[in-house]
Amino acid sequence: MNPARRKTRLTPAKKKALVQALGFLILRACLYFVFAVLLLFIYDIIRKGSGVLSWEFLTQPPRRGMTEGGIFPAIVGTFAVTMITALTSIPLGIFAAIYLNEYAGQDRLTRLIRLAIRNLAGVPSIVYGLFGVVLFVNVLNFGTSILSAGLTLGLLTLPWTITASEEALKNVPGSFREGALALGATKWQAIRTNVLPYALPGMLTGAVLGLARAAGETAPIMFTGVAFYLPYLPRSLKDQFMALSYHLYIMATQHHAILQVRPLAYGTALVLLILVLGMNLVAIIIRYRLRRRRQIHGW
Amino acid sequence: MDGNLRDIKISSEQIKGLMRKKFEIPKIETKNLNFYYGRNHVLKNINLICPANKVTAIIGPSGCGKSTFIRLLNRMNDLIPATRLEGQVMIDGEDIYSREIDVVDLRRRVGMVFQKPNPFPKSIFDNVAYGLRINGHKNKAEIAERVEKSLKEAALWDEVKDRLKDNALSLSGGQQQRLCIARALAVEPEIILFDEPCSAIDPIATAKIEELIVRLKENYTVVIVTHNMQQAARVSDYTAFLWLGQLIEFDRTEKIFTNPANKLTEDYITGRFG
Repeated sequence: MNPARRKTRLTPAKKKALVQALGFLILRACLYFVFAVLLLFIYDIIRKGSGVLSWEFLTQPPRRGMTEGGIFPAIVGTFAVTMITALTSIPLGIFAAIYLNEYAGQDRLTRLIRLAIRNLAGVPSIVYGLFGVVLFVNVLNFGTSILSAGLTLGLLTLPWTITASEEALKNVPGSFREGALALGATKWQAIRTNVLPYALPGMLTGAVLGLARAAGETAPIMFTGVAFYLPYLPRSLKDQFMALSYHLYIMATQHHAILQVRPLAYGTALVLLILVLGMNLVAIIIRYRLRRRRQIHGW
Repeated sequence: MDGNLRDIKISSEQIKGLMRKKFEIPKIETKNLNFYYGRNHVLKNINLICPANKVTAIIGPSGCGKSTFIRLLNRMNDLIPATRLEGQVMIDGEDIYSREIDVVDLRRRVGMVFQKPNPFPKSIFDNVAYGLRINGHKNKAEIAERVEKSLKEAALWDEVKDRLKDNALSLSGGQQQRLCIARALAVEPEIILFDEPCSAIDPIATAKIEELIVRLKENYTVVIVTHNMQQAARVSDYTAFLWLGQLIEFDRTEKIFTNPANKLTEDYITGRFG
């Protein structure tokens, strides 16, 4: 066998190594591609939006048919609606998860309910919007308002909150419950003192991620309370409001002078992005601290 | 084989006779106890007496139902769905499965130490105080006093007295198990159940816990499940041998390990199976 031939021939081991290297290359390329698109997207918004970002932009209402001024009412509106969403979906989601995971028997009905909850997480948000119109705006007569929109978004995030909370409860070792019960704790005492404290960070992480998603939603609030433009700030939960997501939609597609207000639209997008990323950051920090605590204590 | 076995198994009359002869006071007594996981018949007609202020060991091969049995004594198996119990479990002559019994109060009276040490991720002090607090104790001085007393009883006080605020999970495995014992003692139970308490612990720590178990019987009735026969021989006064969910033999530990009446028991303790 001459040396030249030995060089070109692929032994099975070399072939396997080559296939593996190729495989990793493709996987890495996919990751880089996704990451690059995301970076490009964020970069574009920052580049085009940061120009209009100023103290005035954040603290002033829009002026002259929304061709000038800021987005203060939209920030206030988004904040108010997100608060309503948080106040409804976090407690409700956590309590529902506690019931589902700790109290409900593991029978067919429970499985069906759980399946339904998982499916609700996949329902398009416009469907929630229409449901909100019927239930909150009309039947319960809350009108188009912060309350209706917040409750609609609360429904939207509920499946996420319940699922995340249930996962968090499942991660608390069964021995914590057994140990407490064996000392004469009632079931609720065991859950309250020996399960919830360790599940709470995980629950909150899921809840904040859900809220971040809700804060950026447009469709569910479109019919339930958000306004194109309001010359005043909402004074009660029954008032209509402006919201960042909807304002962005208006500025980008519905405005009579679209090209003129484009920088304002980018500015709005940037603020919304910062808000959502900030909320995600909070969730990441909570999760990181939980994970460290778990590592230190080994459970 | 089953037919043969029925003849050679120990009867409840024999056990009662033994108790009378040895002047033992029955603390726990099971009567025709059957237990099912779904359709799986895991405990078959168990008639057993655990005498007061003695250590009773339950031995037998894996899957014989010994852990299931001990968990029936503080109704921990209530937590498992699709289980069914027939017969009676009497503590001080009272059926703990009757409607009048408050399970929460029962579990305070019948403490349990689990196979794997399961301290809560709280401070050492809070672990021991946990049972007191959930049972409504509010007086801080009294709680502190009971915590110290329990830790001393569990032979852990000297090792932890300067670090009561440390997280319990920073203790070694053997210390964690003694902490779990202290935690169980703090609520002043009458009976303490040990479910293979040393299976996750090194030999030196095991020796300490065994010493402790022997000492505990002065004030408590102790039942211990173990797959370690030397351990049963060292710590217990009475031994029950379970095999495929049936009580094959029950006698003084000395008798079981030197002169078992049943061929199955002999085969098991000499290591021929299991």
